[in-house]
Amino acid sequence: MKRRTLGLKIASGAVMLFQYFPLAVIFLYAFTTESAGFRFPPPGLTTEWFGVTFRNPEMWRALWLSVQVALLATAVAMVLGSLLAAAVHRTRFFGREAVSFLVVLPIALPGIVTGIALRSSIDAAHIDFGLITVVAGHATFCIVVVYNNVIARFRRLSPSLIEASADLAASGLQTFRHILLPNIATALLAGGLLSFALSFDEIIVTTFTAGTLHTLPIFIFRSLFRPRSQPVTNVVAMMMVAITFVPILLAQRLSGEARGVAHAAGAEP
Amino acid sequence: MAVVGVRPLAGRRLSSFFYRHPRVRLAALLTPAMAWLGVIYLGSLAALAVYSFYRLEEFTGLVVPEVGLDTYRQLLDPANRDIIIRTTLMAASVTVACGVIAFPLAYYMARFASPRAKTFLYVGVLMPLWSSYLVRVLSWKLILAREGIATWFLDQTALSPVLDLILKTPAVGGASLSTSDIGRFLVFVYTWLPYMILPLHAALERVPDSFVEASGDLGARPRLTFRRIILPLALPGLAAGSIFTFSLTLGDFIIPGIIGDSSYFIGARVLQATGVESNLPLAAAFSVVPMVVMVLYLFGAKRLGAFEAL
Repeated sequence: MKRRTLGLKIASGAVMLFQYFPLAVIFLYAFTTESAGFRFPPPGLTTEWFGVTFRNPEMWRALWLSVQVALLATAVAMVLGSLLAAAVHRTRFFGREAVSFLVVLPIALPGIVTGIALRSSIDAAHIDFGLITVVAGHATFCIVVVYNNVIARFRRLSPSLIEASADLAASGLQTFRHILLPNIATALLAGGLLSFALSFDEIIVTTFTAGTLHTLPIFIFRSLFRPRSQPVTNVVAMMMVAITFVPILLAQRLSGEARGVAHAAGAEP
Repeated sequence: MAVVGVRPLAGRRLSSFFYRHPRVRLAALLTPAMAWLGVIYLGSLAALAVYSFYRLEEFTGLVVPEVGLDTYRQLLDPANRDIIIRTTLMAASVTVACGVIAFPLAYYMARFASPRAKTFLYVGVLMPLWSSYLVRVLSWKLILAREGIATWFLDQTALSPVLDLILKTPAVGGASLSTSDIGRFLVFVYTWLPYMILPLHAALERVPDSFVEASGDLGARPRLTFRRIILPLALPGLAAGSIFTFSLTLGDFIIPGIIGDSSYFIGARVLQATGVESNLPLAAAFSVVPMVVMVLYLFGAKRLGAFEAL
């Protein structure tokens, strides 16, 4: 028994190492003195690439665009996703199964299918490619993230809370404001944070909906083919990791706590 | 304190209206998201499917809106058929490899890890799943480069001849890891692995301890318990994970673009057809392939109960 766990432990450690070692490599190469190569070990270490990166206006434009897109797409997804979760959770209706299937579709189908489908519709509708089209594309696959988080919380929420609120003469708005919102707030926020990270990181759907705009991932992808500024790409990559890891850790903390509460209340096995 | 509910008369009227007409309330909740997902998104997918039946007039470069199977016939050209077969084979082998590699970790997390270790591992798997997709692919370009870490490590450990031997394998080999299908395979497995670990872990966590104990009490050896109890119950998780690994590999054009030789994958071919060639019917027909494969896959996975493990 003990020996079997040891083997599993080693295998698990190896998988985790496999997952994180490449990120360490990126971090290392952000400091290499070589401007156009990947020699290992690096011939020398320097911090000059950080300065070069921060002086690059193109990088700032891409970063700002990515932040805007992620915030807007998340806002849209939070509204649509939570409304949908409320509908699917509270009522049994014809096509309910189809709705939950439809929500998963944008992440279950390869990104390229979503991308090209939206692109040809945007083309056909003669809409100019720009911020709006990128946000629309991102919101499509962000809805499911919010939806999943919120509906999981709804399932744990006792319906008697809402009935009690109505019995005590609260209006729908008051029930929403004082009962529903505080109860789903952390789930909603966790979903929002995850969808921010997802949107910030996305490149495939973006390629099809961004026209000539460059989000940060597109900036990184394009600079891959300009090997002169390789370490700059690595510095930007480090920033990407930092910007997306933080919301995910926060989201994990938010929904993790919530799960702990549910465990204590015996709502979940 | 007593007069909480007097003020918002309009809100009151609205809420009692919704209460008396649950169908209207349902419609109000459903319409915004359904207008987007059900009409625009699904409409776009349907339009794409329709486009795949049109064809491009070769001389004028214009799309001929007549329904026919000409474009699909083009998919069967040797070059295009190779792309489809290559991509699907890669997706299948990546899925199998992810399942094999993910199992020990998911199993350890679900059955043996202490609560602390479990949280640590869970977050550790979760982070790469949600973020840094491009960065994680990019890092392999550095690792697998000719003068990079992989080569250095193999030189240090005198394993280079082994690699050379592996790279000589016909069809999947190449000049170096970063320009071969083996390199691509490695990066695909690395990148999608978290998508397999988490659903698998969720399924394994639901296996009741009492089942395993009962199996032992009835005289089954661990190996038999694993084969007859744990593996069948893990199947929904494996199916759920494979939806992601399979679908993500089918449509990806970033990884084959950064790692590997110049051979096309479905994603890259679609990108080329929409860009340089502006042959939307062909791009559409190509994207219908993963769409059909995935819909069939989803139905199969649903029968295995994969959706509960998502």
